[in-house]
Formats: sequence, C-alpha cells, structure tokens
Amino acid sequence: MSVRIGVLALQGAVSEHVRALENSGAQVSLVKDARDLAGLSGLVLPGGESTMMRKLMDRYGLFEAVQQFAEQKPVFGTCAGLILMAKQIEGRKGPHLALLDIDVKRNAFGRQVDSFEAELSIKGVSEAYTGVFIRAPYVKSAGKNVEVLATFEGHIVACRQGRYLACAFHPELTDNPALHRYFVDLVNAYQ
Amino acid sequence: MVVQKGTERVKRGMAEMQKGGVIMDVVNAEQAKIAEEAGATAVMALERVPSDIRKAGGVARMADPTIVEQVQNAVSIPVMAKARIGHIVEARVLEAMKVDYIDESEVLTPADDVFHIDKKAFTVPFVCGCRDLGEAARRIGEGAAMLRTKGEPGTGNIVEAVRHMRLVNSQVRKVVAMSPDELMVYAKELGAPYEILLQIKEAGRLPVVNFAAGGVATPADAALMMELGADGVFVGSGIFKSENPAKFARSIVEATTYYQDYERIAELSKGIGTPMKGIDMSHLGPAERMQDRGI
Repeated sequence: MSVRIGVLALQGAVSEHVRALENSGAQVSLVKDARDLAGLSGLVLPGGESTMMRKLMDRYGLFEAVQQFAEQKPVFGTCAGLILMAKQIEGRKGPHLALLDIDVKRNAFGRQVDSFEAELSIKGVSEAYTGVFIRAPYVKSAGKNVEVLATFEGHIVACRQGRYLACAFHPELTDNPALHRYFVDLVNAYQ
Repeated sequence: MVVQKGTERVKRGMAEMQKGGVIMDVVNAEQAKIAEEAGATAVMALERVPSDIRKAGGVARMADPTIVEQVQNAVSIPVMAKARIGHIVEARVLEAMKVDYIDESEVLTPADDVFHIDKKAFTVPFVCGCRDLGEAARRIGEGAAMLRTKGEPGTGNIVEAVRHMRLVNSQVRKVVAMSPDELMVYAKELGAPYEILLQIKEAGRLPVVNFAAGGVATPADAALMMELGADGVFVGSGIFKSENPAKFARSIVEATTYYQDYERIAELSKGIGTPMKGIDMSHLGPAERMQDRGI
C-alpha cells in the first residue's frame, strides 16, 4: 500500500501537486475541511496566496486541525506554503502555522515582472533543478535545527526541519519529480 | 548562474497560483483592502467598474496611474490593471509601474479595432477575454498567459459567461477527439492557429488557466462557473455594487472554494443584501455589447 498524502485545496496550484505526487507513487486526496485530514500520512501546502488560504482556514476550524496534524505528520510547503509554515514573517504580526523555525520575507524578489527561473542545486535531491520563482519569498534566517537544502544569491530557498520540508519556488510547475519523491520518501520514513 | 525572467512558465505559472480564487475589481485603496480582507487572490485596479463605464459612456481608458499606485501600496496580494485592446503604450506604462498582470480588456474602449497587443514582447503577463476557442487560441498565439470568458461585463447577468465557458470547453473536447487532418480544417473554421490546437489536443486541455468573468453577481453564480469548469472567477461590478460589499466579497470567495458544498452556499448566501440589479441581454443594443469588441 502506498501512502496517502493530502493537498490543501482552498486555492492555488493544487492539481499540479496532485499530479506530481501521484507520479511519485503516492495516493492523493484534496483537503478542504478538517475531516479531510483523516487517514492522511502527510500534507502539502501548495503555492497560491497565503493570506487567502489563512483566512479560509480560520473560518472553518481547519487552521487548528492542520496544526494538530503537523504535530505528528510530515508537511511540505511551496511558496505560499512556506510562508504558512514559517515562525516569523517580516512585516506581519504573528505567524500562521509556525511549524518551521525560519524568518521569511514575502514577495522578496519583487513583483511579477521580477519572477524568474534559475538552476538550483538542492542537497540530497538534485544537482540541477529548475527553480520557478513566482513573486516568491525567501528565508532571511533559519534556526540551528533547520537544514538548508538550497540557496539562491545567498538566500535560503529550500530547507528542512525534521518532518517539515519547504521551498520558496514551485516544484509543481516543473516536470522534475525529485523534490516530490523526496517528500514521499520522508512521509514513508515517518509512517 | 542563468536567471530568466518573463518566461512562458513564469507568466502562466502566476495564473496557476490564482486558481480556485476570486479576482476583484477595485477603484481605490479602501476597496482593495476590503477585497484582500475578504480573501481575494488578486485585485484589478481600475477607474470605474464596468457597470459605471456602461452608465458613463464616452471613451473608457487605462486607470489613472495614481489609482493603480495607491492600490499597489494598500495590499500585498497581486495587483492587475486593464489596458485598452491594442494599446501598446498603456500596457507598457502598466508594465513600467510593475503591475502583476495586465488585462487587455474589452471593458475599455478598444484603441485598435484590428490588432491586439503582441504580448510575447512583454515581461509582464497578460490575461485576455474569449467567447470561443478561436478567440482563445488567437490570444494564446499572441502570448496571453491566462484567459477568461468575456461574458457581458457590468450586466450582473451570468448568461453570457455561461455560454462562453460551455462553448470553449466543448470545443476543447472536440479538439482532443479529432484526428490530425480534421484538426487543420477545424483550425480554419475557428480562425485558430493550428499549432495551438495541436498543443491542446496533445495536452488534453487548454495550455493556460481559464477564469470566468463578465456577469458574476452572486455566490451561486461564482459556484456555477466553477461547476462548469472555470479555474477561478473575476468579479467586476458585483461586489462593490452590492449592499454589503465586505460580506458579499467573503461569500463569493467561499462559494468559489466550496462550489459543490450546497449547504454551505445556502448558509453564506443568507443576509448578504441585494445583489446588483442586472440587465437582460435583450435590452442591450449591438453597440452596448462589450463582448463583440476585439475578437
């Protein structure tokens, strides 16, 4: 039996994550409500708009449910998902889920005209990985328990802390399955 | 290290991040904040909402850059803005102001009644309206990174958006099922670039995100468009022409996410006040139909 991983499906690049996870050997289901978390072994927080996702999570009790879920299970956040996972967000009073001991800056590379693609080396994942950065955040600083997996121009853009994985770019927009496979392996290891 | 900006993937990807969301028309910073607070995934900064453009008549142009700038400063979500069809310079000005997306829009008075903008020449991505797959494919051919139905803007009447969404999706299904020789003739009939149709056939879907726009006036309207296969929803006049914009906006956002949860839609449709009045299509003369502009 392969593991079942959920994708938070309030808004954003949901179908791309579903495809990438399925191609990496996982079963996938969508999470729109707290009850959808039952039976999942891991959760992906996709790219999209973090402010919108947080507002909807608050309205129907999903926020606490995801926090509880994350106490036991692996979580992978991309772009907006990374912001949701951070313990500190520049210019914002208080974090969202506060899972990862990192301090992030939103829209850190600028507006959409500054969005870009660049080759990255991701430790333990891939030497040549195309990072797609869209109005992307970066990690300003990380706690000592956080393992840095990739940097771009001196800024942390992928990291891991135990069962939590996060990146500032969009692996779901590329055909390279390496990072999703890495997460599926991580979920398997925490079974 | 090679860094590439304005690639097709980055432009189309930006629209992917909007999926399942609601993009709201706003005319000032205060409305932009209400939209963001309600859970909009982006705002469209403009001088007047479509229903007011209808009433005012005259020539509708790109918004005053001051309004765009005030909206940009008010919110952290993406800010889009409209340029007139074919108005290369309005689009360049908006790009220089670093708006996140440009809507080359039939809601404004076209600046060019033959040509659209060559959107591939820009770093900023564009969204364009379409009524059928021919228009959709021509806009993609010109470089649009996102599509939306045209609907009939500023009417509060969903019928045209429904027609356009159903037609595009049925034509996509037709393309997917066609043999290569049939495809060339269909390209001729639609006036669509053959290469784009071939891409659609191979991928089994449009290569860009397609939102609903033009006439969304209630939470149920937004959910209906999602049900019909829209990737997300633009709401123009519907929100700030309603009695309680903050609550109305929030309800439309939730109805879009939970579009198949009918009990929830019933609940969130309660007590949100009267939606905008709306116009029946038979009361619009040919000159008042914005959807027939720039085809």
